[in-house]
Formats: sequence, C-alpha cells, structure tokens
Amino acid sequence: MPRGRVRHDRTAPGHGLRALTRQRTPGFDEVFRQEWARAVAIIARATGDLGLAEDAVQDAFAIALTRWPRDGTPQNPAGWIVTVARNRALDLLRRARVQTRVLEQRARLDALVADDDEVDEMVIPDERLALIFTCCHPALSLDAQVALTLRLVGGLETPEIARAFIVPEATMAQRLVRAKRKVRDAGIPIRTPDADELPERLNAVLAVLYLIFNQGYSTPARADLADEAIQLTALLADLLPAQAEVLGLQALLLLQHSRRATRIGLDGRLMLLEEQDRSAWDRHAIATGLDALGRAAALDASGPYQLQAAIAAVHARASGSAETDWRAIVALYGMLHAVLPSPVVGLNRAAAVSLADGPQAALPLLAALEADLGDYHLLHSARGDMLRRLGRDQDALVAYRRALELAPSDGERRFLERRISALSGEPDELI
Amino acid sequence: MHYMLLIYAAEGGLGDMPPEAQEAEMAKWRGYSEEMRTAGVMVAGDALQPTATATSVRMTDGQMLVTDGPFAETKEALGGYYLLNVDSLDDAIAWAKKCPGVGYGTIELRPVMVFEP
Repeated sequence: MPRGRVRHDRTAPGHGLRALTRQRTPGFDEVFRQEWARAVAIIARATGDLGLAEDAVQDAFAIALTRWPRDGTPQNPAGWIVTVARNRALDLLRRARVQTRVLEQRARLDALVADDDEVDEMVIPDERLALIFTCCHPALSLDAQVALTLRLVGGLETPEIARAFIVPEATMAQRLVRAKRKVRDAGIPIRTPDADELPERLNAVLAVLYLIFNQGYSTPARADLADEAIQLTALLADLLPAQAEVLGLQALLLLQHSRRATRIGLDGRLMLLEEQDRSAWDRHAIATGLDALGRAAALDASGPYQLQAAIAAVHARASGSAETDWRAIVALYGMLHAVLPSPVVGLNRAAAVSLADGPQAALPLLAALEADLGDYHLLHSARGDMLRRLGRDQDALVAYRRALELAPSDGERRFLERRISALSGEPDELI
Repeated sequence: MHYMLLIYAAEGGLGDMPPEAQEAEMAKWRGYSEEMRTAGVMVAGDALQPTATATSVRMTDGQMLVTDGPFAETKEALGGYYLLNVDSLDDAIAWAKKCPGVGYGTIELRPVMVFEP
C-alpha cells in the first residue's frame, strides 16, 4: 500500500488550503490524510448534514494551518481537529434560522465534546464506515456517489475531481452541492447498513471504488485516481476485515496497478500483456495484492472481484505469456462466468481458451458471442488475433479493420493500426 | 367518498418570488386548508419537497432497484399513496420494497415538507 506517499496533487498551487503554508507545516499532510474523513464522518453523524460537516472540517484544517506553525502541532491532532470542527459547526448553526432540527443538531454536537474534555485524551470514534455507505447510497446517482466519495472520504478538492472526470469545475461543484442537499433533504441516514442490507449496499460501494480506479487506470494523466481508489479500498478493508469481496477488490486493484508502468507504450498505444516488460511490474504492489488475495481466499466466500484478482494473480506469478498457466485462467473465467454471466467475461474466457487449447478451439466460442458483442471492438480484435495465429491473414485483416472502426480510444486505434500494417505489409507511417 | 387532490405545478415557482409575494401565496394556501378543515372535509394534506429529493424503488428482472430521481414514465399513472412516519429514507425504502405495487410499478419516495412556525 502506498500509504506513505507524498500527495503532490493536494499540495499543488491553487488548491483550497494554501499550498505554501502546508509545506511549511510539518506533519500537516499526514494528519490531513489520516484525519480528514474521520472528522467529516463524526460531524456528519452528529448533524446529519454532509455540507455542514465538510465546511466545518475544511475550516478546522485551515485554522490548523495558521495555528500549528505558531503554537506547534498538538499532541492529539485528531482530537484537536474534531474539537475545532465541532466548534465551527456550532458557529455555522448559530447563523441558521432556529428550527427544531437545528436545536437537535446543536445538542448532538454539544454532546460530542464536553467542554472540560482534555483534547489530548480524546478518543475519536470511527464513523468513517457510515460516511462511506452514505456517500455510496443508491438513492444518489452514480456520478454523485463517485464525487461525494472522493470529496468527503478521499478529501480531494472539487477542482481535482472536476479535472479527473473532465467536467467544468462549476459542474462538479454543482453536482456536489446537489448530492449533499439530497442527503440532507431526503433524509438519507449517515449509518452503516444492517446485516441483511449489507451485501447489496457493499456491492454499490465496491462498484464506486472500482469506477474511480478505472477512471484513473484508463488515462495515465489521472493515475492519482487509481492511487486514491486503492487507498479508499484499503481503508474499507481495514473497516470490514471479514468481507471477502473488499479484500478481493483490493487485490484486484493492486495487481492491475502493478502493471501501470508497462501498460502504455512510448508511442501511447496499449501494450498487450504478452508484450509488457514484466521486470518493470511493481513487485511491492504484487506482493501486497497477493497478500490481500490470500486473506480473501481464507474467508471462503469467492465473488466476482476475488475471481478477477485470482486471474490477475496467475499473470503476476508468471514470468511470461508462455509460462502462464492458461488452463488455470480458463477455469477461473468459467467460475467467474457462473457468478457474473456477462458476454464480456465469455469473451475473456474464449481468449484464454485460445492460449490454452489453440485458436481453433476458441473461434466457435467467439461466434457464439457475436449476437451480444457484435459491436464490441475487442471481440473483433480477439478474432483477428486468433485468425492471425492460424495463418489466415486475409480473414484476420477483415476482423482487425472491423475492430478499428469500433475502437473507442486513440491508444486502441494505434494498436490495431499496427496490427493491420504488419499483416498487410504497409509501412506504419502510411496508416 | 374519499377524494384525493393531486397538485401538479412547475417547480421552484414559490422560491423565485420576492418575500412579500411568497408570504401572500402561502397565506392563500393556509386559508384554503383552514377553510376545508372548518368545513370538516379535509382528512390530510401536505406539501412535498421538490423532485430533487425523490428516490424511486422498482423491480427490474426480479432485482429490487433503488435509484435517484422521480418517477418518469408517462403511461403509468398514480394509483394510490401511503404516508409513513419513519426515521430515515432507509426505513422508507425498506417499506417501499415490501409494497405489492413494486412488482409492477414504481414507488416514488418524497419527503414531506416541514413548515416551521
């Protein structure tokens, strides 16, 4: 886990809490990373208001930036932040119109810290799990769930989130405001679901984390998001250590992330697994991923994320494509297809079959997927690969050209153009 | 006989008015409610929070689906209502999931507006 890494993104100029002061405040970033979500969760639980919690905690950290360099970092920074945030929340509520709701919020905030409490001895309860479940509540749109999770749990600033999702800053700010307002006005509770709702609600959380990861993974310039997703998943695994799928997702993200340096070639095209320089794979991420996978497997409750991680682990353990245990991968894709019967899983299984038993065995599997995936570029690209390996160059060219028409990204188009030029004997530059 | 009056209107109309006009409009509604109460015809009545607070629960392919937003199909029509007193949206969703209507329709959940004196 890259827990100790420096967060360049949060200290970049122009971001909420003044960058220069941050850099001159020893330990601040560490405290921010560890305590932001915890403080937001506590104030949010007490008030039921995410917007109020966010503002109060943001202000508390801003106050820390002026006080800590002068007075020294407090012994119990977490208790300090929560106490100051609570006082800020009370100030903000004093400006609000007095309603029954506001009186209740004040009473709960008052109960949070007694005035004679020693900040240094305060034990901060951990409400982060409740905060995560609320941010990923199904009554919020998926876009809103992702944005809220990154802002309130991850502590990312609104402009960073806007850039990562390529939307104007105002749009992202509006999305966050609306989401926080919906939580407050619709009465979405800030709580951890009961055991009977947990599996379904946990799936929603995992889907949000995976989406955040993929947003970072698919675009190298936004790799920070992949790191963020890995950190958030590790946090969730700490909070729910007996949930196999959380560990499964953690393993999957780490194992995929271990290949980040080799996925994209110098020319910007996607590198196939077989072409990647495995010596450049991140060994630490692999070891951490395999460890999480081992703990997931020990819980004896396999699910889609754990099975995908197990497939990634077979690749991570092999020194090359030829040394890969393709039969194990075929078997794992079969198990995955049983719990996640999607045509894309079927396509991956077919690709594995072609490597385990030869292209001839896999082509009929592709034909069976044509009805569902006829417009999916990877089906045609896989067919092209199989036909090429069988020496049927003309048929392979037809398949690659179809894939090129359907490919959604430049990286993938460049990859297919290379394949086509290699088969048709045309030099690259003319394509 | 019981009859339900369903009030449809463009959203945000009231909020966009200047305070005096808003107050005058509210007074009209209070007067109307009072008149019906005095006449002994009003069983219950509430204002709902805007559709931005709405959540929908329905069954799709045997799966219970909870989504953000109001009910939007036009060929299905409002067929009834329940007014619940529960602690949170999660409790309301749990009740909505048990509603027989969720098997063939959509249950829209909207919080009732609370007017402070």
